[in-house]
Amino acid sequence: MAEYLIKNGFVFDPVQGINGDTKDIAIKDGKIVESVGSGAKEIDAAGKTVMAGGVDIHAHVAGPKVNVGRIFRPEDKNLAPWDVARGVRRMAGGFSIPTTYRTGYKYAEMGYTTVMEAAMPPFFAKHVHEEMRDTPIVDQGAYPVFGNNWFVLEYLKDKEIENTAAYIAWLLRMTRGFAVKNVNPGGTEAWGWGLNCTTINDPVPYFDITPAEIVTGLIEANEYLGLPHCMHVHGNNLGNPGNYETTLDTLKLAEGYKAKNNFGREQVLHHTHIQFHSYGGTGWGSFESKGQEIADYVNSQQNISCDIGFVTLDETTTMTADGPFEHHLCELNHLKWANVDVEIETGSGVVPYVYSPDIFVCGIQWAIGLEIALLANDHMRFHMTTDHPNAGPFTRYPRVMKWLMSAQARDEIYAGMKHEDKVRDRTTLGSIDRELTLYEIAQMTRAGPAQTLGLSHMYGSLAPGLDGDVAVYDYNPETASDPELIESAFSNAAYLFKQGELIINEGEIVSNGNKRTLWVDVKTNENAQLQRDITLKFNKFYTVTEKNYEVYAHHYVPNPYVIEIDATQ
Amino acid sequence: METVTLTIKEQPPLYVEAEVFNPDALAGKKAEEIADLPLPMGKTVCKVGDYFTVTGNGGATAADTKVVVNGDLSKVKYIGAKMSAGEVVINGDADMYVGAWMTGGTITAKGNIGDFAATAMKGGELNVEGNAGNYLAAAYRGDWRGMQGGRIHVKGDVGSDTGFYMMGGEIVIGGNVDDHVMIHADGGKTVIKGNAKSRLGGQMVRGEIYLFGSLDLMMPGFRHVGDVELEVEGVNAKFAEYIGDLGERHPKSKGQTIYGKLYQKK
Repeated sequence: MAEYLIKNGFVFDPVQGINGDTKDIAIKDGKIVESVGSGAKEIDAAGKTVMAGGVDIHAHVAGPKVNVGRIFRPEDKNLAPWDVARGVRRMAGGFSIPTTYRTGYKYAEMGYTTVMEAAMPPFFAKHVHEEMRDTPIVDQGAYPVFGNNWFVLEYLKDKEIENTAAYIAWLLRMTRGFAVKNVNPGGTEAWGWGLNCTTINDPVPYFDITPAEIVTGLIEANEYLGLPHCMHVHGNNLGNPGNYETTLDTLKLAEGYKAKNNFGREQVLHHTHIQFHSYGGTGWGSFESKGQEIADYVNSQQNISCDIGFVTLDETTTMTADGPFEHHLCELNHLKWANVDVEIETGSGVVPYVYSPDIFVCGIQWAIGLEIALLANDHMRFHMTTDHPNAGPFTRYPRVMKWLMSAQARDEIYAGMKHEDKVRDRTTLGSIDRELTLYEIAQMTRAGPAQTLGLSHMYGSLAPGLDGDVAVYDYNPETASDPELIESAFSNAAYLFKQGELIINEGEIVSNGNKRTLWVDVKTNENAQLQRDITLKFNKFYTVTEKNYEVYAHHYVPNPYVIEIDATQ
Repeated sequence: METVTLTIKEQPPLYVEAEVFNPDALAGKKAEEIADLPLPMGKTVCKVGDYFTVTGNGGATAADTKVVVNGDLSKVKYIGAKMSAGEVVINGDADMYVGAWMTGGTITAKGNIGDFAATAMKGGELNVEGNAGNYLAAAYRGDWRGMQGGRIHVKGDVGSDTGFYMMGGEIVIGGNVDDHVMIHADGGKTVIKGNAKSRLGGQMVRGEIYLFGSLDLMMPGFRHVGDVELEVEGVNAKFAEYIGDLGERHPKSKGQTIYGKLYQKK
């Protein structure tokens, strides 16, 4: 494999404490190394910014939900010009629900090399893997959803952590999954009964278990197995005024738990798209930010992390396994709605949404994301996401960076709002003049997410021995003054390496790389009860047999990267 | 005003997407530059000069530019699409998306135009001396925002699904219309001088339909509320007034529920 030497760039690597020093980065045999021979190909990065490849911890980029969005929103293709096929690139289109090819290309152009699919319905895992397989360049993994699964609800009702853990291990293997996702714990199952769980103490109908018991049970099972990532929760009561109390209640459930794993991960709970969960007020009229309260709490607890879910003020497509929320949203905006019940596992919904700067609620949502990120003490635990495509398309990350790094850029958005005063009044963002540094941006976009995922031995840093995932941006931190440069430079990486292979050369994609699918294979003790329950559930409830359930074979996961764990005790 | 004349010299083997046949794209360009502009065809991209002879230069701005397209244009899409000012004259029958997404200026089609003309139109004028196809002034596939402003006048007949998801603006049809007029509309006005078939105003929330001729079948969601004397397009007559579609959710203004209106000449 070719050797490369990236010379004289301004390097930002928070894991090694490198803050904009001029350094050379060497790549050999797919890894970052101390030095390379004189024959190495040199890349002149003088005056440019060099970081490890970006890591996205939460995006909806593959599978049935995304595809429902593509099918029922043909108009989305009008929001962005389509790219013609050229060189190694295939034709690509779409804006908030891009084609798989555009997903891969756009992430690469932003310097991202790893993207986690945030919600995989186990029953449709094959579809998720087929789309990930067709997404070029980036490494991917997918989180199967557990928080409304009948096995989990039944085991946790009786506090059977060992059985829950054995089921998680089995399902991760069946679906080639990566982590434990927990969406609106209990609420989506309640939606099957026309209800919802809006606090952590609302009992789930029939199962008679509470969201709090599901969250703590999944934390315990996750740590019993010692998975790389922690329990990844989308809390109850998303999107509603006053929901910050539910969020604080959910976060507090992690108190007293300690991470047990061999991946250097300290968290036991990751709360996703926390912007959507930081709302005050008693109704839409009194809607206001509680970003400060949420940021303060996350700052104070070392064993939790969050990603933000920045609202980007775009027309987009919302999609989540939180079925009741999507119905609620459709009642608010009266646009189209799709809803799916996934057998005994989960549900989902899809609704288009226009985040208009003329609507004060949307303006406040925009401000809350930025407010939380600017109030953070430790950006290793506050990750960059837009909950793509829910709060906006992932292609806007560079724009969010611009807002985070420039008070002037934020003021320009404020000035374009119809209700600027009201938006300023209901959040603290206007009084924050902090501007994040590239070091903090590198924490939010690569170092932090890699650590939360338990993948800091592969990604997120430029330390020798890690994967040769390196992005070079045409951005000179010493001379750049126009905030627009941030957005343009971080949207168009000058060079990108994935596993040591040159993917982008002088701004052009020159290779589709060798994308891998990460999944976790956990060995557990033989569990006769689980085996009996699986057979029973497939015979009684599922529309497929156990034999047809597993995602196996070369077709679905042609290039797996398996993380093996021994949890036998 | 400067005039650019584009005359088709050979029928293309596939349909071409003439996204540059509008004053905005041709303003400030010389004839030879225009001939060099891209003309997508299937998965390939041709040049305008491959199938059209170009004479005349564009004006300094779109408003100073008139585009005349001549010949059999039945394989040419997007003429006048996305234009914001100036003038387009189509001498011949054109294919889909004439004047789609236009925000200003004037289009005069001397012949017939195809489906999806004036998709999501926001302003300007579209005059058609022949017939128009289906989905005139409709929303793009999947979208909920149809025609929002401007005026369309078709002398001949119009196909089905006219004004689908219409929100504003005005359509006047000299001839007959096929099924589905102003389905899902939330504003705007359509005048039909000829006859209509059925499903006028289905799922309409707001907006007005004026029908001079016959109607095969009135939607069950419309209720006759009385007769009114009106002047419509210079004609004074008595119209039967209907409100609907009563199966839909309607907004309220000052305590009054706003309905879609359908007037049929008695």
